[in-house]
Amino acid sequence: MDFAYISEIALYAAFILYLIATFFFGATIRDKHTSKVDGGRSKPAIIGIWITQIGFAAQVVYFVTRWIASGHAPLSNMFEFVTFFGMSMVLAFIILYYIYRLPVLGLFALPIAMIVIAYASMFPTDLAPLVASLQSHWLYIHVSTVSIGNAILAISFVTGLIYLIRQIDQTKRSKQTTWLEIVIFTLFVTVGFIVSTTGFNLADYNATFNYPENDQIVTTHYHLPAIAGPNEGELVTEDAMKPWFEAPGWMLGSDAGRKFNTVIWSIIFGSVIYGIVRIILRKRVGAAIQPLLKKVNPDLLDEVTYRSVAIGFPVFTLGGLIFAAIWAQIAWNRFWGWDPKEVWALITFFFYAVFLHLRLSRGWHGEKSAWLAVGGFAIIMFNIVVVNLVLAGLHSYA
Amino acid sequence: MEKLKCECGHVNPQGTVLCEACGKPVEGNQSVDGNDEHVLLNMRYEGSSRRSNKYNQSFVDRIWTFFSSVKVGVILIAIALAASAIGTIFPQKLHIPEGAPSRDPAVFYEASYGLIGKIYYQLGFHDLYDSWWYMILIALIGISLVICSLDRFIPLRRALKLQRPIRNTTFLSRQRLYSESDHVSAEETEQVKNKLKDMRYNIREEDGHIFAEKGRFSRWGPYVNHIGLIIILIAAILRTTPMFYLDEFLWVREGQQLTVPGTNNEFQIKHEKFTLETYGQSEEDLKFKEAIESQDELVAKNYQTDAIIYELNEDAVAGDDDALEVYSEPSIRLNHPTKFGGYTMYQSGYQEEFSSMSFKLYDVDDPDEEAIGTFTFDLLDPSETMFTLDDGYTVEVVQYLPDFELVDNVPKQKSDYPKNPGFVFAVHPPDGGEPEVSFAAIGINFDPNTVDSSGGELNQYKLGIIDVDERYVSGLAITRDYTLPLFGLGALIFMIGVIQGMYWQHRRIWLHPTEDKLLLAAHTNKNWFGVKKDIEKAIENTSIVMAHDQQELEDKLKEKESDEQK
Ligand code: HEM
Repeated sequence: MDFAYISEIALYAAFILYLIATFFFGATIRDKHTSKVDGGRSKPAIIGIWITQIGFAAQVVYFVTRWIASGHAPLSNMFEFVTFFGMSMVLAFIILYYIYRLPVLGLFALPIAMIVIAYASMFPTDLAPLVASLQSHWLYIHVSTVSIGNAILAISFVTGLIYLIRQIDQTKRSKQTTWLEIVIFTLFVTVGFIVSTTGFNLADYNATFNYPENDQIVTTHYHLPAIAGPNEGELVTEDAMKPWFEAPGWMLGSDAGRKFNTVIWSIIFGSVIYGIVRIILRKRVGAAIQPLLKKVNPDLLDEVTYRSVAIGFPVFTLGGLIFAAIWAQIAWNRFWGWDPKEVWALITFFFYAVFLHLRLSRGWHGEKSAWLAVGGFAIIMFNIVVVNLVLAGLHSYA
Repeated sequence: MEKLKCECGHVNPQGTVLCEACGKPVEGNQSVDGNDEHVLLNMRYEGSSRRSNKYNQSFVDRIWTFFSSVKVGVILIAIALAASAIGTIFPQKLHIPEGAPSRDPAVFYEASYGLIGKIYYQLGFHDLYDSWWYMILIALIGISLVICSLDRFIPLRRALKLQRPIRNTTFLSRQRLYSESDHVSAEETEQVKNKLKDMRYNIREEDGHIFAEKGRFSRWGPYVNHIGLIIILIAAILRTTPMFYLDEFLWVREGQQLTVPGTNNEFQIKHEKFTLETYGQSEEDLKFKEAIESQDELVAKNYQTDAIIYELNEDAVAGDDDALEVYSEPSIRLNHPTKFGGYTMYQSGYQEEFSSMSFKLYDVDDPDEEAIGTFTFDLLDPSETMFTLDDGYTVEVVQYLPDFELVDNVPKQKSDYPKNPGFVFAVHPPDGGEPEVSFAAIGINFDPNTVDSSGGELNQYKLGIIDVDERYVSGLAITRDYTLPLFGLGALIFMIGVIQGMYWQHRRIWLHPTEDKLLLAAHTNKNWFGVKKDIEKAIENTSIVMAHDQQELEDKLKEKESDEQK
C-alpha cells in the first residue's frame, strides 16, 4: 500500500470537510436557537460538528499514514508542523464546542484552521529524513504538546475576534475599528500568500538567481516573479521578469530575498482581494459581519476566551518550556540556551501570564481581554512563522 | 496596633475592609477595595487587611506596597518581555554563525548589519541575557512575586479560617448571586443541605444558618505556582556556582586514553571506535531521496563513540595497572549520553584528522614517477624525523606543521591538530651532496627555488603523498549538574499550582434565615456558570428563589443608561 498517497488524499479530504462544516455553522446564524443551551441543538450545528469530527478523523488518518510512510512522526518540518497546528486547532474547537455549545465558534475557528493548513502546504511536502539532533521521543512529545497548547490559545484569539467584531462600535471610525480592520486585513494577506503561491506554482513559474551569501555564490529559485531580487543577485533564467529592486543588505538569513519577495506578493494579493471585498460591501469588513453576530452572547464569548487561555497556558508551559527543556538537556546537554525559539516561547509564556494577572487582579475583562487574546495570537504566529523562517536558530525548519 | 471590634464580637486587625468572621463592611475602610462605588462587594481577598493597604506607611511599608502591586509586577514582566524580544533581533554572541567571516563580536555585528548592528553591539544587546540589567529585571520580578504573594496569602488564609457560618445580611445582599425567598419550610432547607452535601460541599451550621463550601484549596493555587517559580529562580542562581554546576569538554582520538576532566582524576576514558553514518547509505533511506538531493550537505544520521570508561580504584597504588577498573563500555550517541559517578557524558561533536602519511621519493625527470623509496610519517607521534630509504637516500623532516595555512605564500601554523599538515623536507642524496629542500602538503608540492630570486638550481627529487590514514576525534561534553532536580521540582510545583488554581474553584453558598425570609447568597472566585448550576440543582423542587446575578443586572442597567444617552 502506498501510505504516502493515502496520506495526501486524507489531508485533502479533511480540508474539504472543514469547508463544508463551515457552511453548516454559517447556517446557524439565521437559526432561532442561539442561547447557550439551545445553540448546540440546532440541526445545522449538529450536522456541522459531525462533519468537523469526520474531517478531524480524516486528518488523523493523514497523520498516521504519513508517520508509517516516513518512519518518524510527521512533526519535523514546516509543512508537517504547521499542519499539525491546524489539526490541533480543530481538536481544540471540538472540545470547547462541547463545553459551551457555541456554533458561531465553528464559523470562525474552522476557516482560520483551514487558512493555517493551506498555509502549511505552501512549504515543501516531500518526506524528509530527520537530522541526528532531532531524533528523540522528546522531540515528538515536545512539539505535539506545544502545538496543542498553541491551538487552544488560538481559540481565545478566535473568540476574542468574534467579541471585538460583535462589540466594537462601528457607527463611526475610531482607533478600535481601525485596529480590528488591520487584524482582519492580516487574515486577507495570509489568503493572498496562499493564492499567489498556488497560482504561480500552477503556472510553473521559475526564475533562478545567483547571489553571494557568506562569501559564497549560492543559487536560489524564485517561484514568484521577482519584485525584490536577492541582494547583489544576478538573474540567470532568460526571459524571466527582472527584479524591480534588490532586497536590502541587512536582511540576512538564508534566502532572505526570496522570502521578502513572497511577503510582497502576499500583501499585493491580499490587498487586491481585500479591496474587492470592500468595494462589494461598501463598508469595513468588521462592520459588515457585525449584524450577523447580534444574537451571540458577548459574556459567553468572554468566558470562552478566558477558558481557552486557562487551559492553553498550562499546556503550552508544559510543552513549550518544560518538555522543551528536557529535550534540549538530552540533545544538546543544555536545557536552556537563549535560542530565538526558546526566547519567543518565554515571551509567549510571559504574555499570557500578564493576560491572567490583568484579568484576575485588575479586572481586564471583555474588550481589553479580547485585544490581549489577539495580541497573544500575534506572538504565537510570530514564533511559528517569523522565528522559524527568519530568525534561524537550532530549531529552524527553514 | 489598634483593633476594630465588629458588632458580631469579632476583633479585626486595623485596615480590615470586611469583618473576618461575619463579613460586615467596616465603616470608613470601604474605599480601600472600591466598595463605596459599587453595589457588589470586592471579594478578591475577602476584604482582609493587607499591609500594602495600610494608611500611615513607614519607609519599609512603602517599598512593600510598591512591590506588592500587581500593576508593578505586570509592568516588570512586560519590560522583561520586550527586552527578551530585542535580544532575538540579531543572533546573540553565542549564536554567531560558524560560517561568518569574523566571529569577533566587535567586527561581526557592524560587518553584517551595518550601523544598526554596531549600535546593537555597543548597547550590549549581543549578550543581553547575561547582562547585569537583565538579571536585575528578573530578580525584581522575583522580589515582586514573593512580596505580592505574602501580602495576600497571609491575610487571606486568616480570613478564610476565621469565617463563620452566620454572615452579616449586608454582606450577603451585596454578593453577586443573591435572592430572598418567603415561606421556606425547614424540610426544604434540610433537603437543600443534603443535596449540597451530595455535591461534595463541606457543610457548617450555626443557629440554622447553613454555610456550604467547596474547593477552598484552589485559592492557594497562585501561591503554590509562585513558589514553583521562586524555586526555579533559586536554582538558576545556584547554577552559577561551580559546586552545583560543572561543565567540561574533551577531545579524544580513536585509540587514545585520557583522564576525564573535572572528575578529580577518578575516571578515564578510552576511545575505541568512532562511527559516522549519513543518510542515503541504506536501502530504507530511498524514500527520502528527493529531500536529500535538494540538500547540498550530507545529513548526519548518527554519530557515536564506542568507549571504555575506567574508574580509578582508590585502594590501589597510583601508577599500578590494577588501579584502573572498567566501569562501563558505553556507545555514546547524540541524544544518548552515558552516565558514571554523577557525571553525564554527551556526544557533542567530532573532527576528522590525519594520523599518518606515507610518501614516496621520485626523480622529477622520471615520467612514470617511479618510487625510489617510501616511508610513513606518524603525525600523532612526530618523534621520528629521519628516514633512510633504499639506495642510500635519506629524507629528513625539517619542519612539520600539523595544521597550516598559506599566507602570502608562506606557510603559517594554525593549530596543533593534524587537520591540514604541511612538511618541509630535506632530501639527502646518497653521494653526500647538498640536501634539497622542498615543501609538501596535500595538493601542494613546492620547490622553493622557483620563487627564490637567488636563482638556485631546481630540485632533482620530489616527494609525493601515496597514502593517508585518517582518524576521528570525538568531542565529548562532561557535566555534573546538581541543580537539575531543583529545576524539575520548581517546574512540577509550578504546574501543580497552576492546575490547582485553574481547574478547581472555591465555591461558597450561604443560607441565612431571617424572621420571615430565607436569604440565599453565593460566591465563587471563578466560573460563575458552574456555581449557578450547583445552586439550581440544590434548590430543585423547593420554593427557594434562584439567586439573581446582580452583576448582569448592574451591567444591563448601565448599558440601558448609555443607550438612552445616545
Ligand atoms: C512570570 C511570572 C509569573 C507567573 C508565570 C505567574 C503566574 C500566575 C498564575 C498562573 C496565576 C493564577 C492566575 C489565574 O488563576 O487566573 C497567578 C496569580 C497571581 N499572581 Fe502571578 N505569576 C507571575 C508573577 C507575578 C508577580 C510578579 C506578581 C506580583 C506583582 C504576581 C501576583 C499574582 C497575584 C496577586 C495573583 C492572584 C492571586 C489571587 O488573586 O488569588 N504574579 N500568577
